[in-house]
Amino acid sequence: MTTVSLDAARTALTSACQDVSDATPADAVDGVPVALVARPSTTEEVAEVLRAAAGHGLAVVPRGRGTKLTWGRRPEQADVVVDLSRMAAVLDHAAGDLIVKTEAGALLSDVQTTVGSAGQRLSLDEYVPGSSIGGMLATNLSGPGRVAVGTARDLLLGVTVVRADGVVAKAGGRVVKNVAGYDLGKLVIGSFGTLVVITEAVFRLHPVPAARRFVTVPFGSADEAARLAQSVVHAQVVPSAVEVEWRADGEGTVGVLLGGTPAGVEARTATTLQLLGTGAEAAEQPPAGWGVLPWLDSSQPGIGLKLTCALSGLAPVLSAARRSAADAGVPLTLRGSGAAGVLYGGLPADAPVGAVAAVVAATRAVCSEHGGSLVVLESPAAVQDGVDTWGPVPAIDLMRRVKEQFDPERRLAPGRFVGGI
Amino acid sequence: MSGTHGTESTAGPVLGTASDTVPPEATSATGEAGDNSAGIAAVGRVARALMPDTGVISDPTQLRTYECDGLAHYRVTPALVVLPETTEQLAAVVRACAEHGVPFVARGSGTGLSGGALPRADGVLLVTSRMRTIREIRHADQRAVVEPGVINLDVTRAATPEGYYYAPDPSSQQICSIGGNLAENSGGAHCLKYGFTSNHVLGTELVTPQGDVVQLGGLAPDAPGYDLLGTVVGSEGTLGIATTATVRLVRLPEEVRTLLAGFRTTDDAGAATSAIIGSGVLPAAIEMMDALAIEAAEAAVHCDYPAGAGAVLIIELDGPSAEVEHEYAEVERLCREHGAFELRLAIDAAERALIWKGRKSAFAAVGRISPDYIVQDGVIPRTALPEVLRAIAELSSSSGVRVANVFHAGDGNLHPLVLFDDAKPGAGEAAEKVSGAILDLCITHGGAITGEHGVGVDKAAYMPKMFTDDDLDTMQMVRCAFDPDGIANPGKIFPTPRLCGEVPGRRKRAHPLVEAGLADAF
Repeated sequence: MTTVSLDAARTALTSACQDVSDATPADAVDGVPVALVARPSTTEEVAEVLRAAAGHGLAVVPRGRGTKLTWGRRPEQADVVVDLSRMAAVLDHAAGDLIVKTEAGALLSDVQTTVGSAGQRLSLDEYVPGSSIGGMLATNLSGPGRVAVGTARDLLLGVTVVRADGVVAKAGGRVVKNVAGYDLGKLVIGSFGTLVVITEAVFRLHPVPAARRFVTVPFGSADEAARLAQSVVHAQVVPSAVEVEWRADGEGTVGVLLGGTPAGVEARTATTLQLLGTGAEAAEQPPAGWGVLPWLDSSQPGIGLKLTCALSGLAPVLSAARRSAADAGVPLTLRGSGAAGVLYGGLPADAPVGAVAAVVAATRAVCSEHGGSLVVLESPAAVQDGVDTWGPVPAIDLMRRVKEQFDPERRLAPGRFVGGI
Repeated sequence: MSGTHGTESTAGPVLGTASDTVPPEATSATGEAGDNSAGIAAVGRVARALMPDTGVISDPTQLRTYECDGLAHYRVTPALVVLPETTEQLAAVVRACAEHGVPFVARGSGTGLSGGALPRADGVLLVTSRMRTIREIRHADQRAVVEPGVINLDVTRAATPEGYYYAPDPSSQQICSIGGNLAENSGGAHCLKYGFTSNHVLGTELVTPQGDVVQLGGLAPDAPGYDLLGTVVGSEGTLGIATTATVRLVRLPEEVRTLLAGFRTTDDAGAATSAIIGSGVLPAAIEMMDALAIEAAEAAVHCDYPAGAGAVLIIELDGPSAEVEHEYAEVERLCREHGAFELRLAIDAAERALIWKGRKSAFAAVGRISPDYIVQDGVIPRTALPEVLRAIAELSSSSGVRVANVFHAGDGNLHPLVLFDDAKPGAGEAAEKVSGAILDLCITHGGAITGEHGVGVDKAAYMPKMFTDDDLDTMQMVRCAFDPDGIANPGKIFPTPRLCGEVPGRRKRAHPLVEAGLADAF
């Protein structure tokens, strides 16, 4: 943006929203400099900001708390950050209906505190600490607990969004069962800020189980990990989570979470200990690393991969990932849900681009053989430049047409998403 | 909005009879017979070249057997019926429709209760009942891949030997198709715990309204890109036609306990429902029937519900035995605390079946106590249950129109059955009015105008009561992306179509890598 247009844009945005400031280097989106930060406090203000941005041809990147802003590809342009942190209210907790309505900038932890007072929880794991509701929806973040209750798409009942042209729209509602109209909520989940700005969301809640227990067992090979995971999945213990962790240094663990009534959990723990066999142990507290993305293990965030496959593909995918990392000479830690077919991989931030590309290509091929995919969620610029981070995407033409409809001028996080969307 | 004789249990492809057909006035929703005749003829030629004679129907008498779905009040004779056997045939017919601007409507078993499969007089009806192969049962993956005409219950039958089943169970599960379930995002009694069709369909091969075949989702979760699958499920055939569905198979529970509880009033039963949900127990199902619904069920199937009950709850608990045992004790205590005067636990499968028989036959059973009735489908927050039931009773007594209540109490999904005798002048109109007022009640209590039957033609006019013009316009942007010409099931869901304008090629800035010819898939 030139100085003149920046001044004009600042004026327009300031009349649209009370809190507009010049961006600092810390506001950059994955290295892409930002000119202005608008902090609207209502949905209507978000709409005004987007109208003003549209009027001045500004590219907009929505931001919740900025914890996952480096995910996806860096945007081509990011003139304005629309920061939702002032829209942080938990609007309505209807405990008897097990639903909660919240603003998009609300912290997941604040939502949990509010609904926790009634013995309830929003069944989304805080996989990235400090995440906002909007950010979790935009990145479709899910953790170990997805095995029992699913992901955001299974919990989101209604959504209020602002389109790139500043029009406010809602879909769904505030009841658990509703088939009136298109389910735009699902379309928005995982759209990485490229379709609309989410301003409010309604979720269904679950009761917090009275008791829980973690059962863990070490494993030495991919086949063993898969066999252990399958034994739990096909048994009658109804796990809330079945995590598979394989650290770069060779340690492998299968961890099972059981939740329910105290007596029920005790009985199911005994069965699970038997299923997992020698070396299995039960504990009240989660094992180290539980619910932490492997590339966020240390203070220096690394390169983050997400691998998916059919459940039966677990062993070959684990093997392929480990083997390709060993061949490329980079340490890879894998952690994820062996009962959902989702694994996350962490590589050091300074892993050579060629090595990352080799791991991605070899592992992606095996994921895809087993019905899944591999995406590079987080990586430095050099990796983004040298690696096909999103990979092949079926139905990409239809996705482009959806984007065309919602954001024909490509103003929302342009280039961050699949296929250059 | 009149589901006269919402015959959920009627089998076969023909739910209406041709003899008493009163074609509705031609509207934008149904098209005008004779329009598109050249296009229809062209589509017919394409279809005949691809499939056997029996798969293409143009004889007027035969066409009329497809004139309605489960909402038999609306009848339109389609211009052409095609019964493809493969994705390729189906896609070719859709491509021909697109080429000639001919609207098409997809139909599975035709059991829908909102007129979602109501044909177009100027269009083609694509029936998927010959695409009925269960392609794969993958126990290790907990998935099945099936064709759209496969009957819901047949998926469970195929999966059960290995200890699995398909969880969504609409009352019509013995005859309704997976493709229809997918289009309508069908529910059922057990979605309280297990969710709806959208939670259980993980992938689909979709024929787009332009005749392209695309795969959305699949065996693995979280496919990269927009969740188009999530939008397609429940879009009532307006975004394309599913030619396969990859569905989740759920482990059969170790134990199931079904409890029948008799209460004096619906208020008591409602309070018990809230107490159970509030206690942290999540039953697989909580169903409620009021006195009138019980009377009808007794007359029809002799289900032997507690005498003198003003309401019954059917509560089903499932899961690991150790959990179910504890939950059962809790549920029993809460029922008694809220005035249950009789509790009956099914001791075996036969008793369980008898308890469910009364509930599952309720819609059809109402035919025993009333010559005609409307099946309503609305949702309220479950805490509003007592208040809304009292308001419905008030509506009923002030209008003199009887209303029987059967519903999924656990998730607040009401199915009031509004009774009338069409032979009496004005009775139908009075019933329509009460039925509409019930929907208004749902809306004013923050609920929804349909929980599982869909909008279809029946409730399109109610959409503006629940959504703003901007909401509806935004939904239709998705429609424009999938179906810019508006030929896929036009006239359903939306009261006013959006003009899509020019769709492709309006991109102002290309991705630099694409522009530079370096990449297409980045």
